[in-house]
Amino acid sequence: MTYYLARRMLSFALTLFAVSIVVFAAMNVLPGDPALTILGLDATEDALAALREQLGLNAPLVTRYFLWVGHALTGDFGVSHSFGVPVSELIGERLPLTVSLALSGIVLTVVLALALGVGAAANHGKAGDWGVMFLSQIGIAIPAFWLSMLLVILFAVKLRWFPPGGFPGWGEPLDAMRSLVLPTVALALVQSAVLARVTRSSVLEVMRQDYVRTARATGFSHRRVLWLHVLPNALVPIVTIVGMQFAALVTGTIVIENVFYLPGLGRLIFQSISNRDLPTVQALVMLFAAIVVTANFVVDLVYVLIDPRLKSRA
Amino acid sequence: MTRKLPSNLLIGAVLVALVVAVALLSLVWTPHDFAQMNIRGKFAAPGAEHWLGTDQLGRDVVSQLMAAARNSMAVAFIAVLLGGSIGVALGLTASAVGGVFEEGIMRLADLGFAFPALLFAIMLAAVFGPSLSNAVLAIAFINIPIFARVTRASANQIWMREYVAAARAAGLGRFAISRDHVLPNIAAPIIVQATIEFAVAILAEAALSYLGLGAQPPAPSWGRMLSEAQTLIYLAPQLAIYPGLCIVTAVLGFGLLGDGLRDVTDPRLSRER
Repeated sequence: MTYYLARRMLSFALTLFAVSIVVFAAMNVLPGDPALTILGLDATEDALAALREQLGLNAPLVTRYFLWVGHALTGDFGVSHSFGVPVSELIGERLPLTVSLALSGIVLTVVLALALGVGAAANHGKAGDWGVMFLSQIGIAIPAFWLSMLLVILFAVKLRWFPPGGFPGWGEPLDAMRSLVLPTVALALVQSAVLARVTRSSVLEVMRQDYVRTARATGFSHRRVLWLHVLPNALVPIVTIVGMQFAALVTGTIVIENVFYLPGLGRLIFQSISNRDLPTVQALVMLFAAIVVTANFVVDLVYVLIDPRLKSRA
Repeated sequence: MTRKLPSNLLIGAVLVALVVAVALLSLVWTPHDFAQMNIRGKFAAPGAEHWLGTDQLGRDVVSQLMAAARNSMAVAFIAVLLGGSIGVALGLTASAVGGVFEEGIMRLADLGFAFPALLFAIMLAAVFGPSLSNAVLAIAFINIPIFARVTRASANQIWMREYVAAARAAGLGRFAISRDHVLPNIAAPIIVQATIEFAVAILAEAALSYLGLGAQPPAPSWGRMLSEAQTLIYLAPQLAIYPGLCIVTAVLGFGLLGDGLRDVTDPRLSRER
């Protein structure tokens, strides 16, 4: 158990280290002069040299990498070229919105997927099962940003129940939550289509086991056996997919925030690209990649909790 | 023995044939020039002249959708072929060489999974500026670890077969065995994976173009049409419908075809699906 944890922690740390090298290399080794990008083509050579010195671009690449990582570990991601404030400040302002969106998205995904998946499995071969399978097949093929636009057309343009986009700020909690409803639904519907399928096939697999028949024969109700005996044993593949989906959902927020004009990290990344604001892009890409890696790491830990057999195997 | 073909295979094949046929047709014929603007004829209603009407610049919607189909197919084809070839080569080599090399390749593949196509495209766009070729590279990149894993897992099973042992005994080298014996025997799972990744690539291209990281104007793209339609959502909501339906048709088609092919080539997996 301790060995398994230590191994997973080590590989988690190594992956993060490797990811940081890839991000840094992609943004710094590739051709292009950040000073020239910031000041423009008609900048004087003196000004360029001064800015290069100020940005620390004259130091060797390896030194710059370790400086970047060292500072990043203390929460210092440098200063944004376009906003003129520390990148960490920009991230701090926008993080709550992105986190709220991702968390509400994953909660809705899991609730919808478990209800649909378990329901489909319980009605295996009947109309409800086929309906869920059909809908999830379509759901997998729908781009989240197009679904968002359909939701906007229906619920914002026609019915006017929700705003079509924008965010009023956390000062008005009710309006803030209202403006997150459509983005959350758009994120969750597509992801739950995938998860519902996995839930269904995993539950069906467990329902064939002998102990399920025994539990039914003992006189437990169908519903009780389904939720208390079958579902817990069907969780391993479901948790795997949830972990992968959380990663997809977090990067999905980048797209969704742009559809709904939400001022989160995803919008920030795009503003930074158009402003050629490399320190900000670099910090945000690293942050998103780190979230993906962390989600996978957490899945590995959760495995041990829900399937004790894995402890000994590792 | 006549076994019924799975319905997902049939429906998928029909949808894929439809999309590919439209993409090919657009090379030689579209009802109008897809880029031809006609401001006076903007937002025309569907009719005999413009089957699905015109957009905010008076361009024919059907012609744009058709031209976008070939863009979508080309991007998906190049990206999956490029990423798939590299991934298959890495997976085959990893399986043939084994040991530290295999371990190294697979850990690198794990690293690749930390970068969704979107993040990779964002990095490329930040450094080189947004372009369709960067989008293709980003989509190709995410395919490398996927194919490397599938290939290695399938190839490792083949290496344990007796006919491989016989080939080794006959003096064939690792490279020759990989090419002549392993690859032909793992073609099925690779083709299935490629079909599924084709669907993923179509979705990714649409998302990247929608975000402005893919096809640049005036290149036709379903994703870019949607981003233009979004600004007109109160004025002409119908423009936001058609490109999305095209994406869903193409993605659904390749997804179903991939599932169907898997059911046919690997019957163990097909039950309960």
